[in-house]
Amino acid sequence: MTDKLGIVTTASLEKGVDVRLDVPVSVEDMVVGRYVTIEGQKRRFFGMITDVRLGVTDERLAVSPPDVNDPFIAEVLNGTSTFGQIHVTPMLTIGGDAKSLLEGPQPVKTIPAHFCPVNLASERDMELVFGKEDPQRFHIGNPLDMETKLCLNLVEFVKRSNGIFGKSGTGKTFLTRILLIGMLQKSKAVNLIFDMHNEYGWQGTSESGPAVKGLKQLFQSKVAVFTLDEENSRRRGVSTDFVVKIGYDEIEPEDIVLLRQTLNLTEPAVEAVYQLRRRFGKSWIQNTLDIEGGEDTKELLDSMSIHESTFQNLKRGLGTIRRLPFIEPHAPVDAVKTIIEHLDRDINVVLEFGRYRDITAYVLVANMLARRIYMQYQSRTEKAMAEGAAPPHPLVITIEEAHKFLNPEVSGQTIFGTIAREMRKYNVSLLVIDQRPSGIDSEVMSQMGTKITCLLDNERDIDAVLAGVSGKNELKSVLARLAPKQQALIFGHAVPMPVAFQPREYGSAQSYKDLVSSGRPRTEKADKDIEKLWE
Amino acid sequence: MRFIIKQARDKIAEIIEASTAQFIAQSYELYELPPLGSLVKTGDIYGIVCHAETAGIEPGRRPIARGRDEASEEAVYQSSPQLAKLLRSEFTAVVAGYKNGGKYYHYLPPQPARIHAFIYLCQPDEVKEFSQSFGFLNILVNASLPVPNGEVIAAVLRQMSRAHEDSRSFLVGAGKELANLLSADFLRLKNILGRLQ
Repeated sequence: MTDKLGIVTTASLEKGVDVRLDVPVSVEDMVVGRYVTIEGQKRRFFGMITDVRLGVTDERLAVSPPDVNDPFIAEVLNGTSTFGQIHVTPMLTIGGDAKSLLEGPQPVKTIPAHFCPVNLASERDMELVFGKEDPQRFHIGNPLDMETKLCLNLVEFVKRSNGIFGKSGTGKTFLTRILLIGMLQKSKAVNLIFDMHNEYGWQGTSESGPAVKGLKQLFQSKVAVFTLDEENSRRRGVSTDFVVKIGYDEIEPEDIVLLRQTLNLTEPAVEAVYQLRRRFGKSWIQNTLDIEGGEDTKELLDSMSIHESTFQNLKRGLGTIRRLPFIEPHAPVDAVKTIIEHLDRDINVVLEFGRYRDITAYVLVANMLARRIYMQYQSRTEKAMAEGAAPPHPLVITIEEAHKFLNPEVSGQTIFGTIAREMRKYNVSLLVIDQRPSGIDSEVMSQMGTKITCLLDNERDIDAVLAGVSGKNELKSVLARLAPKQQALIFGHAVPMPVAFQPREYGSAQSYKDLVSSGRPRTEKADKDIEKLWE
Repeated sequence: MRFIIKQARDKIAEIIEASTAQFIAQSYELYELPPLGSLVKTGDIYGIVCHAETAGIEPGRRPIARGRDEASEEAVYQSSPQLAKLLRSEFTAVVAGYKNGGKYYHYLPPQPARIHAFIYLCQPDEVKEFSQSFGFLNILVNASLPVPNGEVIAAVLRQMSRAHEDSRSFLVGAGKELANLLSADFLRLKNILGRLQ
């Protein structure tokens, strides 16, 4: 296949560019999502193939097709009366003069002239756009059908909240693991990961083959594994750094509000929570659970104008929380303090949930811890600003099943909604992992910097992910045609233009070696040490 | 077929009517007409034979049937030798280009051919050179001819392809040119392509 594909025949900034393919180029070699360059008269354009079509010069050709068994007729018509067409969405331009070359690729504001030649983007072109692997950029995979390394600027990446989406089983977890490793090595941010399914800390599962290594195995000194379920962790052979226990007195009414749906609480019961908190102070849960039936109780409830049935409803809900084994009347060690201590030492924290995978535990713990950590960050950042001192390390909080925290009903109340909205004012951002992006509040979605999405096939999910992106319809066709596994589309703040890519390999000895070594400058000794490590 | 290709440099006919786009010539011998679609030249002007007829020399006076008592068609002519003088064969050629300073131009020439100019049949070498490019097809597609253009175009390309060693690739190239010229009229294109082989 030659590199020249064809020429521009029609173009509009809004609708994109139509390219008529040259004769030797087979339309079957053109796949949606590939990159092309258009050599304009004054500038170069980068674009993505978003549609492939067959064209005829005369409609009658389609109505009464010629005798295609005759190779002569077929050869004559190929490329003349019948031809292949691709539709290209231009994304970036580079001007021809020295100044704009230095500025690098810019968003596209014009279109190429008639009949400009169109080429397949070469490895060099891709490097020009996405940059090379360097101290800020991390190799996350390869653009589809290309050998070039796709590098993501992680310093830019962590400046915003980001999202990873995709149906179940499309490779979200693997992708997240790769990104976390990248952030761990190349950005100044520390990570706090709420690991619902115990996938990131010590080792993760793989649908095909043996378990894969988690972060702790690869970066012993930079990762701490915290657990809610010590017994389970021990059984899995995970060495944990800390066992998290949560005291009743740490749970605030806001945490209960978030659990309204999962605990099946009524609206008045949620109201009652606030009243009880005001009445009993910090130990309100203990006190509420201690209230027995009787005359006194009735008086107490009447004084707060809480109805008896509302109270029973609330008590049932709190009972569910009490049954969670990691909840104790009073926590021996302050988990938040320990986590922050680790984060301050630049150690990334993975919190494993062990057997407590039900959503109540996850929502409660994640929200509670994140809220208190965020508050600490907030006060410290404000203090740092006032004193002109260095603010704390940027923090990236990774949450799974994000629609439980960020759906339109609760996103106003959870801390995650606040973080997503306020973005990085206080140096905290989110890495959201979800399989139903349509369940996430559109306000939160719109604030996300970079979105990476694996295959989605629900129309509403696709719309939610692509909302507000220019060239939405074109990207839609790319997204809907991603392979069900190990292909993803990335777009937004950290990449100059959307690109469909195949995440780099994760799971083989070689891949671990590459991942670990990509972060630091290579020395011979380090190479040898790494060599030994895998022996 | 009675037509015999004569010596390369022999003239075959003489122009009796000429215009910018066409010329009509009378063959020196009765029935000795160049085939439909063949390339002929007069001076530097090249034409493509697009129509031919044989009729009496006097307009309005038709020949009469003479063969009732003759054994064969040949015998008719033998017993009436004057026929060779009373009948004449003419052909029309559409001007397809000209040569200037050793270069071929597939345009109409600045001046039409002259009356009584001699006409020669082009030999394969010349046909091959003339048909290195397909500009003449445009003239043929748009010319108003006494016979359907498609028939003439197909005949020309069949004739010319014989002068090329790789006649198939010549026809494919010509076919592609035609497909571009007739991009809006697929049925016409289909008809011509069907007549090329």
